[in-house]
Amino acid sequence: MSTLKLDLENYKELLQEYIKTQDEQALYQAEQFSKQSMQQNISPEEIINVHIQSLQELYPEMPDYIQASMNFLLETMISYGLAYQEHQSLREKQLELKSEISVAANMQKTLLSTVKPDLEEVDIGALSVPAKQMNGDYHHFVQDGKGSLGIAVADVIGKGVPAALCMSMIKYSMDSYPEMRMDPSVILGSLNRVVERNVDASMFITMFYGLYNSNTHTFSYSSAGHEPGFYYYSDRDEFEEIDVPGLVLGVSSETSYTQYQKKVEKGDMIILLTDGVTECRQGDRFIEQEEILHVIKQYSHLPAQETVENVYKHFERLQDFHLRDDFTLIILKRNV
Amino acid sequence: MDFQSCVNIKKEWDIVGARQLGRDIARKIGFGTVDQARIATAISELARNIYLYAGTGKVCFEALEDMNQKGIRILAIDSGPGIKELSQVMEDGFSTSGGLGAGLPGVKRLMDDFDITSEEGKGTEITVIKWLR
Repeated sequence: MSTLKLDLENYKELLQEYIKTQDEQALYQAEQFSKQSMQQNISPEEIINVHIQSLQELYPEMPDYIQASMNFLLETMISYGLAYQEHQSLREKQLELKSEISVAANMQKTLLSTVKPDLEEVDIGALSVPAKQMNGDYHHFVQDGKGSLGIAVADVIGKGVPAALCMSMIKYSMDSYPEMRMDPSVILGSLNRVVERNVDASMFITMFYGLYNSNTHTFSYSSAGHEPGFYYYSDRDEFEEIDVPGLVLGVSSETSYTQYQKKVEKGDMIILLTDGVTECRQGDRFIEQEEILHVIKQYSHLPAQETVENVYKHFERLQDFHLRDDFTLIILKRNV
Repeated sequence: MDFQSCVNIKKEWDIVGARQLGRDIARKIGFGTVDQARIATAISELARNIYLYAGTGKVCFEALEDMNQKGIRILAIDSGPGIKELSQVMEDGFSTSGGLGAGLPGVKRLMDDFDITSEEGKGTEITVIKWLR
């Protein structure tokens, strides 16, 4: 209260000076006064009250109608004052929420972390970047110790916290499968039942599961409605879409998934992604599939990790460094 | 509690009556212009809640005075539908007034003490106090 009284003196002087000189200097000081008042959480009606008191002291002869009109003004400002205080408290709450989300995002990172395996036969590049703080994409590598590598790429329809919670469940279920049973069709079938039982009907998850056998160099895979990846034939220098049928996870517990197989030759590449890659936009225009393949091709002479990073940088720049959707890209290249 | 002065709230016009009586009492106690305006706004909010959600009820006033301080106590009482989620209506931004900064959190801000009890199907009782400084 004492600070406010001090301010009253200050305000009175400023007001007096302004009425006398009407110059910009006093107005500038009024601006400073208003900023200081906001720092001290002073409501607009209190400023008006200070104004009324200053006027009364400067002009004891002030006519009644001016006094009455000032009281009227003060009364109309009460609700603005309340709205201002509410705004302040909501702002604090927002900061709290923000920091809570960033803690959750960190936790998610730890929870969903996967180690990119180092294999002699296959060069692997993997990158996943969330559009917001929480990532609704997910990728995971599992090795069985006998030369087989399982790769999962998934996308929750939806973004942010709900998507992230959902992904944690998927990861937990996958961790509970024995490492020797990694047949893509079996894994998707089993995850489908988990999702169907545990996730709200309005939420869908797409997933691609692939198994690379580095002894026979075969790639087996199944898809649950996931964005098609690409296969690159080194001998023909051609890309082909890996588009296989399969219902998204969680629609019906009866769904089963067909498993496909491909022989991988030296120099061939398997490209797995989420729709954050294929739905990159330049202005209002979605980019064409050829553009993505062209960019991948352009960097494919580099080690796989550098390839995915350069592709990401390319599309990040194309979209003015503002991702609209979570972006996940994985490239496997047979070396020897 | 023995409240001497009450205003029954039945029609919108009664909100004005409650404001007037509350402001007169606050002025007599010695509240300044700003606090009078705040008290009147709190009364408005309480009376309007009764008018809008309970239909009828009353707002009562009491001047408080003990050795150390003076103040005003306001009681708003109705036998309307009651409030199910108290913590929700006390949350900023929830108020049905569309985030106009008022609602019950606004009343709480305008006053010094705030207490509410409500039972579904029975009614709501809100007591607020503002101390003279």
